[in-house]
Amino acid sequence: MNTADQYLKAIYLAQRIEEGPASTGTLADLLEVSPASVNEMVGKLEDRELVEHEKYKGATLTDEGLERAHNALQTYCIIERFLTNVLEVDEFREEARALESVIDDTVAERLDTIIDRPAQCPDCFDAEQDHCELLESGDHAK
Amino acid sequence: MSLGQRVSNDRQLTRLLQIGVVLEEVVESRAAHHLETLPPDERDAVDGEVETLLVDAAEESADHRERLEALIDDLEAETVSYEEINTLVDAQYGPPEDTDGVLYDQLANEETAYKFYDDLIAAIDASETEFAVDRGRLLDTLTTIREEEKEGAEEVTEIMERRA
Repeated sequence: MNTADQYLKAIYLAQRIEEGPASTGTLADLLEVSPASVNEMVGKLEDRELVEHEKYKGATLTDEGLERAHNALQTYCIIERFLTNVLEVDEFREEARALESVIDDTVAERLDTIIDRPAQCPDCFDAEQDHCELLESGDHAK
Repeated sequence: MSLGQRVSNDRQLTRLLQIGVVLEEVVESRAAHHLETLPPDERDAVDGEVETLLVDAAEESADHRERLEALIDDLEAETVSYEEINTLVDAQYGPPEDTDGVLYDQLANEETAYKFYDDLIAAIDASETEFAVDRGRLLDTLTTIREEEKEGAEEVTEIMERRA
């Protein structure tokens, strides 16, 4: 997943947490980067018409940005569920965060052929807990 | 969240190599399933060329898996067995409708594997971490496998073009 998609996913989650535009501070916390880096990237995403940014309020995804964020979150859910169900990793959240930048969505699609993912994915993703609300640590396939 | 594509420690490297093993096992298992589950009339139509392709793909994946497992051994970790992945493939498997579907799936396998190894090599190159496994051997192994995936994708494409 590239950096732009990671930002779009973070904006999507921040909008859900804040029930409104994603603030720079929340995005900086979620992405573990500086507010200046967030502002720079949000500007680039705005130029690409993936995000609308309102001063003092925050960033809101456009329809196209929302679709990409949705796909990025789905890829992330596949990684988390694969780590839990197949590799039996207990600390799947930490490891998924570390791996998501290296796992492309086409690779995730292949991994998706061997995991049992709920039809409503990724709507069942708990933004505050950073994992699918239907997925528990120790929820192994075997 | 980790921004930027790099592998920064042994655990992360191990996980990625384990994912590589699973991808190879999925290829191996799906190739076997394709041959077994095509309807009889389609199975008759699977000419020698496609059958050889699937058998070779399964053998090549098994070989890649062994090379990745040797690296994972050096990192003192384990891999998921082929039998376990085969069971998971079996649970979710939906057979392609015809031989063209088999070829498309095979092409997706090869291209996905190529993309995975390409990203992994780039992420290792971008890191200055000293891993528990020799970096030269690691990159040599992954580069060789990546090239074989590229050749595999080209082979499938050639067969598809001949059949078109």
